[in-house]
Amino acid sequence: MNTISKRIKNYGEKISQLFIGTLAFALAMVPQAVFAQAQQDPLGYAVPGQIGLMGSVTTIMDSIRVFHNGLLMPIATGIVVFVTVILVYIIIRFNAKANPVPSKTTHNVPLEIVWTVFPIIVLIVIAVPSFGILADQEIIPDGERKYLGSNIFSVGDVEVPAPGLTIKVTGIQWAWEYDYVDYEGADYTSYMLSEEDRAELKPNEPRLLAADYDLVIPVDTTVRVQVTSAVVIHAFTVPSFGIKIDAVPGRLNETWFNARKTGMYYGQCSELCGRGHAFMPISVRVVSKEEFAEWIAAVEADGVDSAASVLTPIT
Amino acid sequence: MADATAKHVDAHGHPTGWRRYVYSTNHKDIGTMYLIFAIIAGIIGGLLSGFMRWELAEPGIQIFKGLAAMVYGLEGDAALDGGKQMFNVFTTAHGLIMVFFMVMPALIGGFGNWFVPIMIGAPDMAFPRMNNISFWLLPAAFTLLLMSLFFEGPPGLYGAGVGWTVYAPLSTTANPGPAVDFAILALHLAGASSILGAINFITTIFNMRAPGMTMHKMPLFVWSMLVTVFLLLLSLPVLAGAITMLLTDRNFGTTFFNPEGGGDPVLYQHLFWFFGHPEVYVLILPGFGIVSHIISTFSKKPIFGYLGMVYAMVAIGVVGFIVWAHHMYTTGLSLNVQRYFVAATMVIAVPTGIKIFSWLATMWGGSITFRTPMYWALGFIFLFTIGGVTGVILANAGADRVLHDTYYVVAHFHYTMSMGATFGVFAGWYYWYPKIFGIMYNEFLAKLHFWTLFIGANVVFFPQHFLGLAGMPRRYIDYPDAYAFWNKVSSIGYLITLLSMFIFIWVIIESVMKKRVAGDNPWGEGATTLEWTLSSPPPFHQFETLPRIK
Repeated sequence: MNTISKRIKNYGEKISQLFIGTLAFALAMVPQAVFAQAQQDPLGYAVPGQIGLMGSVTTIMDSIRVFHNGLLMPIATGIVVFVTVILVYIIIRFNAKANPVPSKTTHNVPLEIVWTVFPIIVLIVIAVPSFGILADQEIIPDGERKYLGSNIFSVGDVEVPAPGLTIKVTGIQWAWEYDYVDYEGADYTSYMLSEEDRAELKPNEPRLLAADYDLVIPVDTTVRVQVTSAVVIHAFTVPSFGIKIDAVPGRLNETWFNARKTGMYYGQCSELCGRGHAFMPISVRVVSKEEFAEWIAAVEADGVDSAASVLTPIT
Repeated sequence: MADATAKHVDAHGHPTGWRRYVYSTNHKDIGTMYLIFAIIAGIIGGLLSGFMRWELAEPGIQIFKGLAAMVYGLEGDAALDGGKQMFNVFTTAHGLIMVFFMVMPALIGGFGNWFVPIMIGAPDMAFPRMNNISFWLLPAAFTLLLMSLFFEGPPGLYGAGVGWTVYAPLSTTANPGPAVDFAILALHLAGASSILGAINFITTIFNMRAPGMTMHKMPLFVWSMLVTVFLLLLSLPVLAGAITMLLTDRNFGTTFFNPEGGGDPVLYQHLFWFFGHPEVYVLILPGFGIVSHIISTFSKKPIFGYLGMVYAMVAIGVVGFIVWAHHMYTTGLSLNVQRYFVAATMVIAVPTGIKIFSWLATMWGGSITFRTPMYWALGFIFLFTIGGVTGVILANAGADRVLHDTYYVVAHFHYTMSMGATFGVFAGWYYWYPKIFGIMYNEFLAKLHFWTLFIGANVVFFPQHFLGLAGMPRRYIDYPDAYAFWNKVSSIGYLITLLSMFIFIWVIIESVMKKRVAGDNPWGEGATTLEWTLSSPPPFHQFETLPRIK
């Protein structure tokens, strides 16, 4: 190979490295920029064409968003870009025309050590906050323990009160039964609204998410959710809260959340349960503490049907 | 040794007609039958997903109500219910068919049978008659699965709509009809086929290597097959136990998974995934082996770091047995159990990364010709990397909390399987086609097949990452309107993959029409394994005198 193409090769390699780095960095920033939007005004359901996680109204979902958008996505994007750039360079630089005589190199111990150790370091960097946010999700608050929130590399400074409400959720084919065990006779079943009923009763709520009776929750209250099932496995989830837990017959699974903003938040059954699997939404209405107190008293007194009139209409 | 061979050939010789195939004891004929079976099953499995993508192209239920009416004679509301059930049945059948009747038969039954004996310098497999049983169990299993579509599943409806995972109690209490029993029996037969095949491959590889071929001189495809069949040998019996317990819960009054009798539904998941996780490594390891051969051949360089590649595959296989509960993060496992499985799962990224980097290092400094098999191998590396990084994301239970059972998972496993494993299948197909059939395909058409599948598969599955992040659950026949756009894009992608399927068929037909003679070695000096020293196709019996390996 003559000196000119040798020079080009040297510069080519340096430029590619610079290019790889810049591109990887730039691409890694894109997820943050794009996904940040959803956080401005957290909606309890997806917007058309959404490409990222739902916005957050809990400290748990805050952690998940930062972990995914701020750490996992840049690393994943960086790896894919890195491999792609090397592949492109290989295709250009080592095709038979550009490089008619193949090298015989089959070993390079220092390189092999680097590409073993470096991924291990990356995995540890991922694992540290990963374990932190997992512990936050699984440990029910007691009022003392601090939670990570958006600061996933810290030791946690978000205060979360101990549970102020316990709800038992039972999955049935194909609906959810809610039982406010702290209160008398406050249990009811929540079915998805048919299209005709939704058009009539809740036209402002999305198709397949609107239910006849919502799970009404007071804002800024730690809610302990205990979930089971009647016959088959279902799964209870509210993406905006960052929770998902299987509803298994014969088993009482427990999770928790504390929603900081009033509004409507939806989830959908997340374990195949038969033909109605797509048609048993979880419809959570987070209301002020005063409205909740009024509502639950009305439920205890007259049942969930008449209590509905206490709730502020959704526009 | 040499004179025994002539008598051997005459003694039971070379059967002809239908007996040649039904009674076959020839690894090459059996391999070809597996490949044809895989093509047929792949077309059926691909048509099932076609109907699903057609349904999902728009919000609402448009296709399956009419489909259920047509197939089962249902009307009105019953047809709508039947359609919803049918969608779940199609989901189930698509998964079972692609895994058990397309990828595994193509890679293990097809390429494994064809080339493991040749690559180690053996005249055939250790147990040629058992090889025959392994193959013929599969059409039987497939028949049972297809039959299940027409028996009652849930009360008043048809088919087994339980997912390829067949979780109890949906598959026990909620499906009293015989459909699920037929699906279980199909899995029994397919599992037996693979266990017998595993015994065959292990015995062959351990005992029938030609003089001079030590384990550390074996080609990487043979190593990939060895690790794969050990995984099958050890994991399939657990699946067999799990589904037999389903069968007895369903029919003989046991309550393994029924809490009313003291049982636990989560036990089924542990047993299933103890098989299910090694199974996904079964699906990808042979592809790793094939890609190594192709990269080396077309770069005219030996594979970089042979021992590292071998032990990376062994490590992936071993660690693959201790990570199963990362499929169960939302079932209510304790914090410490989840922590363990997060850590163990992330470990697998290290040997996998070593393989990707080693393939890149093999090409670095090489003299690369971009023939069709190389396209598939390069596509494999790029797309499997994407699937791999989403796997690392899902490995984190904290993030999986919002991604479990969403389309993000569907995107992940289709990148690793529809693009990883399937590109591995096509890579092997185009690399070994001239050797198997003695004729060459049209390079332009073959590359057109590559590009249409590459583009199509990416258009189908990349947007599914968005759908999963945005919260769309999987196994859903209908979805909230906000998910419409990316579902539409994904369904358009299916049409492109459908086109690629037609092009694939045309490549075969055209090559048969043109009959270009392939020659012993169409790939040149880079192709260094034993199959390229034989004629194309090889003789009915090869290496009756064992070659000496230096």
